[in-house]
Amino acid sequence: MIQIKDLHKSYEMGHNSLHVLKGLHLDIEKGEFVSIMGSSGSGKSTLLNILGILDDYDRGTYYLGGKLIQGLNETKAALTRNEMIGFIFQSFNLISFKNAMENVALPLYYQKISRKKRNQIALEYLDRLGLKEWAHHLPSELSGGQKQRVAIARALISQPQIILADEPTGALDSATSLEVMEILKEINDQGKTVIIVTHEHDIAAMTKKIIKLKDGVIGEVIKNGELQAFKDRVRTE
Amino acid sequence: MFDLDRWNEIWNALAKNKVRSLLTAFGVFWGIFMLIVMAGAGKGLQNGVTQGTAKFAANSAFFWSEQTGEPYKGFKRGRYWHMDSEDIQYLKDNIPQIEYITPRNFTGRWGGGSNVIRGKKNGSFNVKGDYPDYIKIDPSSVLFGRWINELDIRDKRKVCVIGEKVFESMFNPKENPIGEYLKISGVYYQVVGVIRAETTININGRTEESICLPFTTMLQTYNMGNTVNFMAITAKPGVPVSIIEDRVKELIKKKHIIAPEDLQAFSSVNIEKEFQQMNGLFLGIQILTWIVGIGTLLAGVIGVSNIMLVIIKERTKEIGVQRAIGATPRMIISQIMLESVVLTTVSGYIGLSIGVGLLELVNKVMENSPTTTNDRVFFTNPSVSLTVALSSLLVLVLAGLLAGLIPASRALQIKPIDALREE
Repeated sequence: MIQIKDLHKSYEMGHNSLHVLKGLHLDIEKGEFVSIMGSSGSGKSTLLNILGILDDYDRGTYYLGGKLIQGLNETKAALTRNEMIGFIFQSFNLISFKNAMENVALPLYYQKISRKKRNQIALEYLDRLGLKEWAHHLPSELSGGQKQRVAIARALISQPQIILADEPTGALDSATSLEVMEILKEINDQGKTVIIVTHEHDIAAMTKKIIKLKDGVIGEVIKNGELQAFKDRVRTE
Repeated sequence: MFDLDRWNEIWNALAKNKVRSLLTAFGVFWGIFMLIVMAGAGKGLQNGVTQGTAKFAANSAFFWSEQTGEPYKGFKRGRYWHMDSEDIQYLKDNIPQIEYITPRNFTGRWGGGSNVIRGKKNGSFNVKGDYPDYIKIDPSSVLFGRWINELDIRDKRKVCVIGEKVFESMFNPKENPIGEYLKISGVYYQVVGVIRAETTININGRTEESICLPFTTMLQTYNMGNTVNFMAITAKPGVPVSIIEDRVKELIKKKHIIAPEDLQAFSSVNIEKEFQQMNGLFLGIQILTWIVGIGTLLAGVIGVSNIMLVIIKERTKEIGVQRAIGATPRMIISQIMLESVVLTTVSGYIGLSIGVGLLELVNKVMENSPTTTNDRVFFTNPSVSLTVALSSLLVLVLAGLLAGLIPASRALQIKPIDALREE
């Protein structure tokens, strides 16, 4: 699904150049449930931005679903994002003056699907996430967990291949966090590739593969079988 | 363009900053309001003047003699001279392009005192000697009776045609003036007509306050010999009056031994030229109106641009999210442009309506106040044409697009990641 070879990315900060990603290799198969971890400055946000085609990279190659993602103009990038990627953000990023249903329907709006049809689809997705009664509430009337579920519904509605979640539980309490992770797990079980960025070990431990970034390259990959060992090691750390 | 979500977004963006949106909208409103009112007022002035002068023979010129300004052929500078009755026939014979040519003599009411008496009433009025053709050059409508005719001229009849104001001050309101007598400078004349000027142009004093005698009668009773004080000429259709004006001056100067280069001795007014100058003035007013109006509008537009920038700034994150989940740059641009166009067009349209409404109101008030020709202010039917209204609407839409340009390009510079990172 995702093939990244020798990825370099640096940021210009005034006169200094900050080299963030230094020749990163990464392969993620279809249907994987992956978390990306790393201390701040390790490049995990940068990697997520590049994965989400929100940012360009300097060198290397990035194939998404067999398609080379490189130097896309904004329009193409927007279309590709809309088609292939569902985003979930730490701060939910719902549009404040649209109700839950309209928020969920937004990606379909950009696909120019008629209002009636997209609202109907949005209602189905909200139903699946148990929020049907809240469809006509504004985000300000929803709890954090509800907001994140609306955001998840929004990410799913365009039926993307990949769900990219940036600290999806960062603003939630632990019970709600578990709930959200359960939903993500279910989505993964339905065959979608889910990639989350997190710095919480127990959240990462709920995924099937952990990629630890260190200084702009992959420091360690912990696979499904080794997760228990990872958990134990975290506990002793 | 016409889907609910888009309008919902526009409404929310503007409603979030109600006061600011309103103040901004007022800027545009005021701009277009001023433009319309000024254009309408300019038009009213133009209408007033052109309607007031519409019936006046536009292809006419008027001549009168003054002291010579140059010594010539033994005559010294500053000589008094005058045209005479023979000159009229001479010009008629020598300039075939002349349509009407009429001399006119007058005595002013200067010199003090009342010159017109009837019973216990008296007044001071202009007295003019005219030919029948004069009314074809400087039209007056005959309210009662008739105008001077050829028989009056031939027989030097002691009759007079009086202006409306003369009638009002010398007669009782319901009285029939026809056949009554007026004593003018000691001589009795029978009133045969009452006239009212049809234009706002006045030659030798206001027509309403004038008494017109047959030209020949005036020569005789005032002992004027064959002197001609003043002369009116119109050109035949299609002939510019300037050509005749030059030719008349040339012939008359030659006949009366006046230096050809003497500019002072023989004066004239060319109505054609005056009209052209007036039209130039109105064009100037129009141009000024648009410059000032568009300037004011521009200030409003800058206001709109400014508030749009603020809105963009406040919505940075929202725009970032929208782009992350698939809004193309085109969608964002058209959204912002549309917002800006809506803000300017709606407020501008209100300005347009109120401006037009105000003009209509002024119009109604003015229509309801009856006036005679000469009392009419130089201001009639202030209005804006459909062209002006449509073009100002076009200006508004363009202004809206212009106002949206900078904010839209600013919104495009927002990268989704930057927007999302901004916590």
